[in-house]
Amino acid sequence: MRRSSIYLGFSLSCLVALGFLCFIYPHLSAEQYDRVLAEQKRVVRDLQLTDLCLFSEARYTRNLSQADWHAPFQDNPMAFDTFPSGSLVRPTVLLADDTP
Amino acid sequence: MKWLDRQRCLMDFTLSCVWRRKGKNLGFLLVYTLIIFVVCSVIFFSNALRRQADAVLHDAPEMIVQKMMAGRQELMPLAHQEDIASIRGVRSVEPRVWGYYFHPATQTNYTLIGRKDFRHGDDAVEVGQGVLRTWGAVQEDKLYFRMVDGKALDLKIAATFSAATDLVSADLIMMSQATFRRLTGMPDQFATDFSVRVRNPQECTTIAEKITGIVPGARPILREEIVRTYSALFNWRSGYMIVILSAAILAFCISAWDKATGLSAEEKAEIGILKGVGWGTSDILGMKFWEGMTVSLAAFFAGVIGAYIHVFFFSAPFFEHALKGWSILYPSFRLRPEVNLFELAVLFFLTVVPYTFITIIPIWRVSVTDPDLVMRQG
Repeated sequence: MRRSSIYLGFSLSCLVALGFLCFIYPHLSAEQYDRVLAEQKRVVRDLQLTDLCLFSEARYTRNLSQADWHAPFQDNPMAFDTFPSGSLVRPTVLLADDTP
Repeated sequence: MKWLDRQRCLMDFTLSCVWRRKGKNLGFLLVYTLIIFVVCSVIFFSNALRRQADAVLHDAPEMIVQKMMAGRQELMPLAHQEDIASIRGVRSVEPRVWGYYFHPATQTNYTLIGRKDFRHGDDAVEVGQGVLRTWGAVQEDKLYFRMVDGKALDLKIAATFSAATDLVSADLIMMSQATFRRLTGMPDQFATDFSVRVRNPQECTTIAEKITGIVPGARPILREEIVRTYSALFNWRSGYMIVILSAAILAFCISAWDKATGLSAEEKAEIGILKGVGWGTSDILGMKFWEGMTVSLAAFFAGVIGAYIHVFFFSAPFFEHALKGWSILYPSFRLRPEVNLFELAVLFFLTVVPYTFITIIPIWRVSVTDPDLVMRQG
């Protein structure tokens, strides 16, 4: 078999796989993800939640949008912070916007 | 057809050349694939999380009203509930009673929620899956707390939140409001904050201004600000990771540039021989074009497909530690597979196209010189 045929076959398979992953798989799995999303939204609505549970080590990282203005990582972006995620997250938009 | 056959012949020859130096080329291909894999994983992961946050928090309260004093959040007096409810356009005002509980044994923070309508009674709790995973001392379905006065309080786990809701409920411990107040010592006349529903979401800003006039020290937080906070967070984090990776990317670029532009003596001699046996400059350029194209396209496909599987099928285990920070408790969640084709196209043009073209430039320089001279130099 010609080497070019092997390579073209490989590229075509990759293209088909990528097309499947980008266009078909999201539709096939949509129902499952919609169900999960609906459940998450129900919990957020019922319990009146405001934040995702991504960083739970400190109050100002657990509830980012609710953190008070003097939480360590919000003093300034380079402020010394006890927790590493303080260096990864950005201050709430409230500080930048000056909105009430 | 003749043109196609010609290109296939060139490709055959190129692939033979690549295979002849397989050790060097496969090593380069591996690094190239890894770089695309990591950059693509960051893009897929941060975009998917941003979309997820946007969708989930769409049902968050339209406005949260906190009370601030001396720059710190204070408990909100329930007396203000009526004041806010009397503002025209406000549909409802509900006190939210919540807080945090640090469990010293596992060094973990949990979020406590006190509900008036809690259906399992005053001696029970409903917990997230993360609590079950981390609490450590769950015996006979009971959680042991230390109350504000130092006394112990054991509460039965009456129910758990579904694992599907881990992204929002992993660390939640829900209980009756009376139990919450007993545990934390929060007085009856206070709540943590208010959740405000408004009739017309477009009036949120006006209502927020009125609230700050009525309630001293009030700090209204609008839902759109919550959503934008998360959007900014994921932009920031993906940018941060790209910056960390930039040293590796730069090193790769230098290596790619060096490999593509610095022809070895063997390659120079090969080009001289090809010219000597009758190959034209365009044939040699075509051959090198296919060399760059085959390597970079293979790396692109492998990197992107690998990143997709890493993020959407395995929930990005390589990034878990970077995301976790110091938190013991981390939710398990699957992200909805969605790919932004524009970003994929940008990645393609930033990875495949430059490498393909930088391989051509040095070859063009060599291929336009006299074959005899090139062979002697080689």
